[in-house]
Amino acid sequence: MENNGNSIAIRVDDLSFHYGDKNVLQHVTMEIKKGSFLGLVGPNGSGKSTLIKCILGLQKPQQGQVYLFGEKVNKFNDWDKIGYVSQKANSFNTAFPATAFEVVSMGLFGKVGLFRFLKPSDKKKVWDALKSVNMDKSAHQNIGELSGGQQQRIFIARALVSDPELLILDEPTVGVDTESTESFYKMLKDLHHDNNMTLVLVTHDVGVMTSYVTDVACLNKQVHFHGNTKEFEESSSDKMSAFYGHHVHVLHHDHEQK
Amino acid sequence: MSIFEFFQALLQYEFLQKALFTSVVVGIICGIVGCFIILRGMALMGDAISHAVLPGVAISYMLGINFFFGAVLTGVLTAIGIGYVSQNSRIKHDMAIGIMFTSMFAVGIVIITMMKSSADLYHILFGNVLAVRMSDMWITLGIGLLVIGLVVLFYKELLVSTFDPTMAQSYGLPNKWIHYALMAVLTMVTVASLQTVGIVLVVAMLITPAATAYLLTNRLSVMIYLSAIIGVISSVFGLYFSFTYNLASGATIVLVSAFLFALAFFFSPSQGLVWKAHKSRKNRLELMEK
Repeated sequence: MENNGNSIAIRVDDLSFHYGDKNVLQHVTMEIKKGSFLGLVGPNGSGKSTLIKCILGLQKPQQGQVYLFGEKVNKFNDWDKIGYVSQKANSFNTAFPATAFEVVSMGLFGKVGLFRFLKPSDKKKVWDALKSVNMDKSAHQNIGELSGGQQQRIFIARALVSDPELLILDEPTVGVDTESTESFYKMLKDLHHDNNMTLVLVTHDVGVMTSYVTDVACLNKQVHFHGNTKEFEESSSDKMSAFYGHHVHVLHHDHEQK
Repeated sequence: MSIFEFFQALLQYEFLQKALFTSVVVGIICGIVGCFIILRGMALMGDAISHAVLPGVAISYMLGINFFFGAVLTGVLTAIGIGYVSQNSRIKHDMAIGIMFTSMFAVGIVIITMMKSSADLYHILFGNVLAVRMSDMWITLGIGLLVIGLVVLFYKELLVSTFDPTMAQSYGLPNKWIHYALMAVLTMVTVASLQTVGIVLVVAMLITPAATAYLLTNRLSVMIYLSAIIGVISSVFGLYFSFTYNLASGATIVLVSAFLFALAFFFSPSQGLVWKAHKSRKNRLELMEK
């Protein structure tokens, strides 16, 4: 095992991924420190979601390695430590007969073994998680009746209920209006502040996000920038133009190859 | 024959008691398993697997072993085959289902015809609940207990993987194995239902009571109980009509469950079309008054 010290939550080491002949990620190397709140940004199709899936072991990269808390991802067993909120649209069945409370309690099932049902202390955890995302009033509503933003808060609560050390959110605000997005980011910032949790927020929208996170990483097949928010803002204008400029160039390049 | 006379006959004839008992067990397990089948969007898959059981039943019959083993074998093989074809070609999942299950069903028909017992074929396809033997009854009960036990034991896993497969995977739940385990359970339920509703109509018992319950509640746990109760009501009344009018039990049971579905479809308090129309009319009137 590699010695990363104890301060690194996620280490990605020279990771490359391709679907067929389409390169999605090229030689991505990055370290995400414990206790940081990282905004991972990149245009659509830049490989953000694929990187997250590799980090969670849901996709196997053709090259490179991912370490979670110092452990290789394929050997990693402590999934309780990690909360994951996926892009809303691609998963879950909105017509599923379950209340918000039930959805959140599903987050505890990893810990509650066979035969065992939720104890009063587990129920309290569910309430606490619902309160921390300001959704305790909607606990007994059907998940399908809630708005997109509210559903996403419920999914955060589901990820939070097992007290994870690392929370990964993949484009949680897709389809959520701007106002709700801002209050959503504020809630994440408070969670980060109150729980000393490592947060990774994936988004294609650089805008308001930077005022809430501690670190920023820009991804477009490769890592173009990774540093704290201050560094990012200082270099912002030329970095961003180079970043999106490169994106345009890549598309053009692909086009010529075909 | 009145219901009263049916009860008298029930006390009198042992074959009717066995039929009733088997029907009730089948109603319960089809209702329970059906909830997961419809919520996973696998109604068509349920139809396929129940049909694919036929060659297994035929081969078991030929070899003189219990239906159960052959049925589970061909049912699960078909599920694997469907997955294999759709993952390794441009053939989509629904096409793969259509191809695989009809082929299996055809193989079953050929084998049974070669055995020259078309009466058995008829009973396997359409059910003959009044001919339930003691051994069939015990098999049905055994399968029933096993299925209920599995659902209780793995309720949480089934719930999570049905609600949100991506999340289940990120938890390290083996979605694929859960899928195939459910397919195995489906084949067992089909075997248990062979004599009550028969292969062709098992799928109705899997889908209709669960769909009816789905219209009546917003909670999975409640839905499962309701679905089982609706399954039992369908089975018992279906048996009554089958016995009274000398009709194939599978058909009468399915018709009762379809009738219950229609009731829920039009009159369910939250989802029913009648109340919805009434509510929207009321809202419109209120709006106009304002």
